[in-house]
Amino acid sequence: MEIKKTSLNKLHQENKAKFVEFAGYQMPIQYSKGIVEEHKFTRSHSGIFDVSHMGQLFIYGDDELTEDLEKIFPLNLKNLETNSSKYSFLMNNEAGIYDDLIITKIDTGFLIILNAACKDNDFKIISKLLNNRYEMNLDENRSLIAIQGPRSVNILDAILNGVNKLSFMSGNWFIYKEQKLFITRSGYTGEDGFEISIPNDLAEDFTKKLIENGAQLIGLGARDTLRLEAGLCLYGHELGEDITPIEANLAWAISKERMENGGFIGSDKIINQLNDGAKQIRVGIKPEGRLIAREKTKIFNTDELIIGEVTSGTFGPSVSGPVAMGYVKKEFSKKDTKVFLEVRGKKHPANICGLPFYKKSYVKGATK
Amino acid sequence: MSEVKYSKEHEWIKIEGDIGTIGITQHATEMLGDIVFVELPDVGTSVEKDGNAGVVESTKAASDIFTPISGEVMENNQSIVDDPAKINTDPENDAWFFKLKIKDKKELDSLMNKDEYDKFAKESGS
Repeated sequence: MEIKKTSLNKLHQENKAKFVEFAGYQMPIQYSKGIVEEHKFTRSHSGIFDVSHMGQLFIYGDDELTEDLEKIFPLNLKNLETNSSKYSFLMNNEAGIYDDLIITKIDTGFLIILNAACKDNDFKIISKLLNNRYEMNLDENRSLIAIQGPRSVNILDAILNGVNKLSFMSGNWFIYKEQKLFITRSGYTGEDGFEISIPNDLAEDFTKKLIENGAQLIGLGARDTLRLEAGLCLYGHELGEDITPIEANLAWAISKERMENGGFIGSDKIINQLNDGAKQIRVGIKPEGRLIAREKTKIFNTDELIIGEVTSGTFGPSVSGPVAMGYVKKEFSKKDTKVFLEVRGKKHPANICGLPFYKKSYVKGATK
Repeated sequence: MSEVKYSKEHEWIKIEGDIGTIGITQHATEMLGDIVFVELPDVGTSVEKDGNAGVVESTKAASDIFTPISGEVMENNQSIVDDPAKINTDPENDAWFFKLKIKDKKELDSLMNKDEYDKFAKESGS
């Protein structure tokens, strides 16, 4: 199968990107400055991320659609205001996660942002669950650009007046060169920022404008270190079909009322696990010293018994040390529990810790 | 007089009498990206040509270091353990990895000189 390219591919090349194949797309892993500098620039200034490989699924409909989607997603969608977003997941009957996603209520229905590797499968699952009753469009004509970091709001507002009035997890339509952009105040770096859904033919022009105003292109490498420091899950690592939202410590993303009354796919298992407790749970892990524990590193307790496995691990440039997330048996998930990580045949001490590693700075109280 | 030779695994070795100083090349650091962790062989251990002699880790992945020739480790560079970023800034001087007592100078014959290595690195790409 031929590798797919996003509308920003030429711009990536001009900026000396190193490319990797990710979910069938040729994506920039880093540019000439490297992951550490790109990471720090995002935290201190403003980074631009091409996330056009992600799925933008528009589903058109009204109250009936809202009701049908509530049978799929563990959210109170009836009370979701137009242009407000929620983090959620698409689950199987056993509450295993097919994908994690952001769903936004828009004036004509819903917009769901899906992971690149999952989007085609998600589309099939959702259309089947909705019995093909609604118009659905996994839009290939739009790009998705994220701009993240403390300077992002001013950089973007200078181009599109009014984005500074959006609050965290809300969005709106804006006009750029006579075309419609849907912009939400969200992201996946632990920083204040925006995700911009934009027609493909405007993506490069718009991104160049962001660069002119002081933002810089950032690769997937720094996106990974940023999200890991922010304690955020990555599908295929922390999340998968054999992991439930309760195990992933994502119960906060399930609407309270839905948690009590169920009625969505996987709800029996979720309610069960809430009552009996999950056997394994996602935790943060802080190695002592500088050692990096990568994905699949075995986690041991002080009696040298295996209690879990690392799902993501790297060096966190903003915390200046190694960081990891993984799953451990529930009885070892308490903060400050001492554990050992087996790396290259040797066991190294580490501690279970709270998440995030790096404190988030989302803007919740922006004026409406 | 010292002489510098290079391996296909992108290590360099500076030879001064019986002592060889080993590190990784500029080209290697460019391929690896930002180095954030390094593990060096302990002083006193014997290492075998092309055998494992430590690890470097970038933000992306871990990579083994191989020793281009056999010998006994005489000294390792603690300053790069404490500040691995030095490897990116000065890989072919200050950020050497370890020094060893060369066991068999004949092993040096299989290594490349600077011109040969530069050509090799260029051809092997990035």
